[in-house]
Amino acid sequence: MEMDQYLEIFIEEAKEHLQNCNENLLKLEENPDDLMIINEIFRSAHTLKGMSATMGYEDMANLTHALEGVLDALRNGKFSFSSELLDKIFEAMDELENMVESIISGGDGRADVSEIIEQLQMLADSSNPVMKMVNPERETSANSSAGKLTYDEFEWTVIKQSREQGYHVYEVTIVLQPDCLLKSARVYMVFDAMEKIGEIIKSEPSVEDLEAEQFDNEFTFTLITKEPDRHVKETILNISEIAEVRIHPLDRANEPVDEPADQEESKGQLQNNGSKTKSSPTSGSTTKASGQKKATNMQRTIRVNIDRLNSVMNLFEELVIDRGRLEQIATELNHPELTETVEKISRVTSNLQTNILNIRMVPIETVFNRFPKMIRQLARDLGKKIRLHIVGQDTELDRTVIDEIGDPLIHLLRNSADHGIEMPEERKALGKPEEGTILLKAYHSGNQVFIEIEDDGAGINRDKVIQKALQNGLITEEEKDHLTDQEVYDLIFSSGFSTADKVSDVSGRGVGLDVVKNTIESLGGSISVTSERNKGSKFLIQLPLTLSIISILLVQVQDEKYGIPLTSILETGMIHKTDIQYAHDQPVIDFRGKIVPLLSLKEIFHVPVTKEQDQDNLSIVIIRKGDKIAALIVDQFIGQQEVVLKSLGNYLTDVFAISGATILGDGQISLILDCNALIK
Amino acid sequence: MVQLVENKRVNVQEEEIVVFSLAGKEYGINVKYVTSIEKITFITRVPNTKPYIKGVMNLRGIIVPIIDLRTRFGLEETHYTEKSRILIISFEDITVGLIVDAANDVIKITESNVEAQPEVIGVEKQNYIQGVVHLQDRLIILLHLHKILNLSGEHDEHEA
Repeated sequence: MEMDQYLEIFIEEAKEHLQNCNENLLKLEENPDDLMIINEIFRSAHTLKGMSATMGYEDMANLTHALEGVLDALRNGKFSFSSELLDKIFEAMDELENMVESIISGGDGRADVSEIIEQLQMLADSSNPVMKMVNPERETSANSSAGKLTYDEFEWTVIKQSREQGYHVYEVTIVLQPDCLLKSARVYMVFDAMEKIGEIIKSEPSVEDLEAEQFDNEFTFTLITKEPDRHVKETILNISEIAEVRIHPLDRANEPVDEPADQEESKGQLQNNGSKTKSSPTSGSTTKASGQKKATNMQRTIRVNIDRLNSVMNLFEELVIDRGRLEQIATELNHPELTETVEKISRVTSNLQTNILNIRMVPIETVFNRFPKMIRQLARDLGKKIRLHIVGQDTELDRTVIDEIGDPLIHLLRNSADHGIEMPEERKALGKPEEGTILLKAYHSGNQVFIEIEDDGAGINRDKVIQKALQNGLITEEEKDHLTDQEVYDLIFSSGFSTADKVSDVSGRGVGLDVVKNTIESLGGSISVTSERNKGSKFLIQLPLTLSIISILLVQVQDEKYGIPLTSILETGMIHKTDIQYAHDQPVIDFRGKIVPLLSLKEIFHVPVTKEQDQDNLSIVIIRKGDKIAALIVDQFIGQQEVVLKSLGNYLTDVFAISGATILGDGQISLILDCNALIK
Repeated sequence: MVQLVENKRVNVQEEEIVVFSLAGKEYGINVKYVTSIEKITFITRVPNTKPYIKGVMNLRGIIVPIIDLRTRFGLEETHYTEKSRILIISFEDITVGLIVDAANDVIKITESNVEAQPEVIGVEKQNYIQGVVHLQDRLIILLHLHKILNLSGEHDEHEA
């Protein structure tokens, strides 16, 4: 079967389910008794199994199947939750993630999973004796009447609570025609039809056996639905090759006795049927496990190709330009009704603009959500106790920035876990809690997004940094005593720097923070660090909301207008002709004690001269690239603007010192300078 | 009989071309490459590019580089008139505009109308010519877009 067309959907969904599992596993570690969470993980694992089996990724299906076994045992309380168990499950999740990665990169998603499956199965099997004790009549004859399935504590709670909410609970027995060929397919169709009207909470034989066709012609399941039994029957009989459908309402008679809620609203015919008698104290949270769960969990979203959004954006810009013209005409004509309408259009378009920009925004959660698991693993590897606290994961950023920011953040978090947080004994000695905390916080401010990574660890060791910087020749002996704390901290962003005493697997191989700094600066952002000895350090990252909208200073050179990105501008000013000096043939100026080369935009761009300029006083823009600076002569400053950065297309590539263009309010195009090309 | 069959086949391969004029001659470009025909609006000069690139213009929010065909063919530059047009061309995922003296019409041609280029056709380099269409009293020069856009590099290659 041709599966390629489903591959993309498969990958997206597999990723979502894996992420869901990871998140819930971490939650489970904190609330090991919450059946809801286990159930949620079970669901995702089960869906994954089905998906991977359909797509023909057998190893993946086998592994999820084993995982499901463990989860099922856990759900039924067959063994208690432990960190070792969680590690094993996480190991399986990692393996699954690797497989998905392999599939994404065009591989076949194969991996040797036999060892981990064996371990998982051992875990699941170790619970079996207990299971048999609780469910001694699991293999009851299929001919018995209502209540032939036995339910555990969890299932009874679900049944009870569903009934309280007005759902019907049926035991449905289906007999397939003897000559039915694809039995598992029929089972699937029945289950699919049932999931549309309600929820199946249990089946006999188990779903796994049914899928593997490990049954005769008959199977039974427990359905929770709002539909009357007549309707359920009709629905099932619509599926072909089904011989018979028997529906038995599951009534109170089958329930375990001492349920407090039961006694209050009892019909006076409470019976003890001798099954398990202890009711679960679980309240509220389990309610969700019933039919209504699905509706609330479903996110109403659609996936849209980013190209389509870009074309909406282009059309919108056209609209903005026409709006400008319209406003001008309205002012000229001075017609009150026209003015009023134009004002209204203006308001609507600015709302529209905000909305269109928002559509491209993605919550930073998509980046953050892989960190908790990573930190957990790191803490184990390092033998440290670390808690990751995330704040503001719903902060939104443009898609383009989101794609780039992941790696730098991983680096910084690893850095904090490795170099920042101390070993538990050390922390104890310092009077700090054994468990270190890393705070990852994102928030908006103006047109910027800030991300903070703060730890309560050792802080940056000034002496160590200076020693290292001396070793690597980053500073000289004379300089070292004059450096402020801040200047010392900034040294850690220099290339070839690592303060860890020993190189560990986790971070610190000498390449590191300088790469982080470069990445963030290439995104038009900045990074800084503050630190206090033994209190911790804080990295602050500042990023633009989007890469497509930038702030520029618009300048005029003769008849032409150019935009200079504000991120490249140090300051602007005026100089007199007499201030210009010459170093060989290169004109330079003295800028705050530094000799700075003076460049003329007019000469670099061969701008046609149409009018004479005042030659005595010159407007200059001081631009920078890293530490290097230069002064640009322009004719006039027009002002600061937020503009949409556009490329010149793929015909005009590599235009010297031009990074793109933007469309100004009057519809004209202004070129955006690439200051990096101007400073060598 | 054979002739008849062949004619039929040719008829199926009927093509439409956009005909425009430049320095008194008529030229044609396959209509499938022409996305639109625009009047000349403000063109922003892009510094340090080839002389025939006049700059970029704003085409409904998209930035399109503009080539002056007169300069490209080494013809004398003139002032743009009311009739001057920009043909927006989409060719091999590149979008450019070509400035021409006037856009005339769209005509149907068949393969049988197309002739190989004659020895001497005009002042422009013969390299840019794909063929010539002879239609009643009109002579239309079909342009070789790949060569005009100079997609193969600095030095134009010889015809294959």
